Amino acid sequence: MPPKQAKPIHPLPLRLMHWFNAVAIIIMIGSGWQIYNASPLFGFVFPYTIGQWLGGAIAWHLAAMWFLVANGLLYVIWSLTSGHYRKFLPLRPGDVGRDLIAALTLRLRHEKGVYNAVQKLLYLGVLAAGVVIVLSGLAIWKPVQLWPLCDLFGGYVVARYVHFFAMSAIALFIAVHLILVALVPKVLPPMITGGRLP
Amino acid sequence: MNRRALLLRAAAFGLLPDLAGCNFDDPEHPDLADRFLHAMSTWNDRVQAALFDPNTLAPTFRPDQITRPPRFNAFYPASQAPVVDEATYRLALGGQIQDKTPWSLAQLRALPQKSQITRFICVEGWRVIGQWSGVRLGLFLKHIGADLRCRYVSFRCADGYYTSIDMPSALHPQTILALDFLGAPLTPPFGAPVRLRIPTKLGFKNPKSIVQLAVTNIYPGGYWADQGYNWFSGS
Repeated sequence: MPPKQAKPIHPLPLRLMHWFNAVAIIIMIGSGWQIYNASPLFGFVFPYTIGQWLGGAIAWHLAAMWFLVANGLLYVIWSLTSGHYRKFLPLRPGDVGRDLIAALTLRLRHEKGVYNAVQKLLYLGVLAAGVVIVLSGLAIWKPVQLWPLCDLFGGYVVARYVHFFAMSAIALFIAVHLILVALVPKVLPPMITGGRLP
Repeated sequence: MNRRALLLRAAAFGLLPDLAGCNFDDPEHPDLADRFLHAMSTWNDRVQAALFDPNTLAPTFRPDQITRPPRFNAFYPASQAPVVDEATYRLALGGQIQDKTPWSLAQLRALPQKSQITRFICVEGWRVIGQWSGVRLGLFLKHIGADLRCRYVSFRCADGYYTSIDMPSALHPQTILALDFLGAPLTPPFGAPVRLRIPTKLGFKNPKSIVQLAVTNIYPGGYWADQGYNWFSGS
């Protein structure tokens, strides 16, 4: 008889959704940068993009959006039914301050399978940015048919800025996320194999 | 779509579109990514057709919100815009239409005119606001005895541009065959003598200097859609 399996740090559904989301978000941001370049909101364009030209980038963007949203909805449903959402709670401002200082002075201990207060804040923050980027994206895609949504964002022009800043927030999250993985590389294998909780 | 269908369609309009500009959806060499993107674009056409509400109006604006000077946009510079002789101009009609007698500008102006101040959104992301007036396309289609059960209305332009729209969008109250822009007859860079103004779709679905209109059930495609842009491109 094999020994009773220990609980994984990251259950299989979470790992699948994580990597699926990673591919989708890279396609969305890369193609979004190419679309931005066709009519820049600011005085710069992105040097690296996906899709080669505007038509290709839009095709990628409007294709990958379905996978990003479907995966995001699955994640929300799975989090609520599996109890995963409890890992984000409770989130107290005092804990955030304490853990942030500890993290910045490189004294924050990594506990397997437990989110510290800074992690909780970052994950909830990027989830909120995800909601904003999807809704503002729909407002830009369908400003006539979904006009109440477009109005909610202050109209078509403002919705483009909201969409851009939500992308910026997600890109910033990805940068911090990757830096933290580089600093604590032992957290990467469990996101592939699942790992074992002590 | 295969190359034969594409050529047939082009031949139907007496046009042979240049396929060299295709980065994807090359009918000869569709790779896996091309097939995926094409399937998703077709899916997006269906979603947009389902999302389209014939009673939802595009937002309208005040005269002081009109973009001045107006912004020219085409696949060539403004100086190369086609100049159509208005005296001899006739709008040719084709396809599933009972009375295919060509229409002069005077005849089009004799029909009831509708004016709108609406937003024109380019697929590139920018938007301008302008004032157009002309004949409701739905009214015109009924007038010429077009089969309104057909799926597409297609347009061919003096500059070689061509595009097509779905019938529900063609019958939308804000879809007009525009004759005037900013209170004066259209000028060549802005689509003289007749252009389509359809504020429920992106800018490139607003063909300029229209010389032929046809009603059909055979997918007519479009100058940009054939190169990979989404065909429905609704707003």
